[in-house]
Amino acid sequence: MSDKVKFKIDGKECEADQGLNLVEAAKQNGIYIPTLCHLEGVKAAGSCRICNVKINGRFMTACTTPVSDGMEVENSTEDIKELRKIIVETLFVSGNHYCPACEKSGSCELQALGYRFTMLVPRFPYAFEPKEVDAKSTKLYIDRNRCVLCKRCVRSIKTKDGKSIFAVKGRGHNAMINIDHELAAQMTDEEATAAMDTCPVGSILKKERGYFTPIGRRKYDKKPIGSDIEESVTI
Amino acid sequence: MSKPIVATTSLAGCFGCHMSLLDIDERILDLIELVEFNKSPVDDIKEFTKMCDIGIIEGGCCNSENVHVLKDFRKNCKILVSLGECAIMGGLPAMRNNIPIEECLQEAYLNGPSTKGHNPDGIMPNDEELPILLNKVYPCHEVVKIDYYLPGCPPRADLIWNALVALVTGDEMKLPYEVVKFD
Ligand code: SF4
Ligand code: SF4
Ligand code: FES
Repeated sequence: MSDKVKFKIDGKECEADQGLNLVEAAKQNGIYIPTLCHLEGVKAAGSCRICNVKINGRFMTACTTPVSDGMEVENSTEDIKELRKIIVETLFVSGNHYCPACEKSGSCELQALGYRFTMLVPRFPYAFEPKEVDAKSTKLYIDRNRCVLCKRCVRSIKTKDGKSIFAVKGRGHNAMINIDHELAAQMTDEEATAAMDTCPVGSILKKERGYFTPIGRRKYDKKPIGSDIEESVTI
Repeated sequence: MSKPIVATTSLAGCFGCHMSLLDIDERILDLIELVEFNKSPVDDIKEFTKMCDIGIIEGGCCNSENVHVLKDFRKNCKILVSLGECAIMGGLPAMRNNIPIEECLQEAYLNGPSTKGHNPDGIMPNDEELPILLNKVYPCHEVVKIDYYLPGCPPRADLIWNALVALVTGDEMKLPYEVVKFD
């Protein structure tokens, strides 16, 4: 029943189901559009802007844009790549990212984007603004120094009866992620591990789990983020 | 042609980056053929004796002496390279940037597990001979101009080797995925 649409990414002919968002549609064609806040199967937030592409000449976020027939998409021109790199650098200087000491290092999506874009140093000054750590929950702790406010946790981590365990408190510059300690205490170990994996960075961490995977075997030690997608379709 | 001259220093770092430089193994013999060392902990030359081509900086700036040395390097080296996370973004020493400095000193000299009860007069080091702590730890490029950056904690030996060879020969620097890491 699903209708197929034809579109082009960087001149390459692509085909996907109508209505699918552009990130997933590109994925089906072996093309990686970098993302950070996007989570497959969860309502898009469009907040991080990493997935910026040019559609028919205009900047749009791929994760919030349904693919349609005849779309002309630019994904890897130099100016788009540079724009994404600037966003990654902004995230690095606005949080407190001490990768050498971070439990998520090697498996962190923000860091992996830094690697993919060969970020050697951010071009902006570091803010060094202290953020609070909340370690009161029994299974999880949250280190807001590393939070990129992608709201993946808010959108996707729920109790069985649909209650949110994480929520945003405050707005704009003061926005921060809060955790409901009572609900979090009822999580199983598996749910807590899944919560940690949902967070793209090292902000939500399962207690007593840090540095679990040895260096060399972590997610992005050997291959750039997105290379699994690029290798999935052989032309 | 005379060999390019290299100087190195460790500011607010742990010497790990220098250890990683030594981790190039037997290529160290090629390195001595390629370059001459001037001021550096490697040969223990304490002061610059001539203008250098490449200055390699490990560590960020946590006190007035770090700033002094860094500025001295900028004056005496044509090219400066920030080597490692501490030089690039402050690194682990910069974790104190989120704690008021008074609290840091109290923890170190009064309340820490190894000092509590052993410093009844509450003495904190405060001699004019001692460098003064900066309000926070600064990345090197926020103090002087830095020309190149080699991330890692420590930077992989191959990254340091590739960079040195590129700088000395003028060839393009190789940055393979596996050697550019932030940890
Ligand atoms: S969250 Fe990612 S980028 Fe931030 S310190 Fe941890 S590993 Fe580095
Ligand atoms: S805690 Fe993690 S998942 Fe939640 S908003 Fe912050 S970075 Fe995103
Ligand atoms: S992934 Fe599209 S805006 Fe974040």
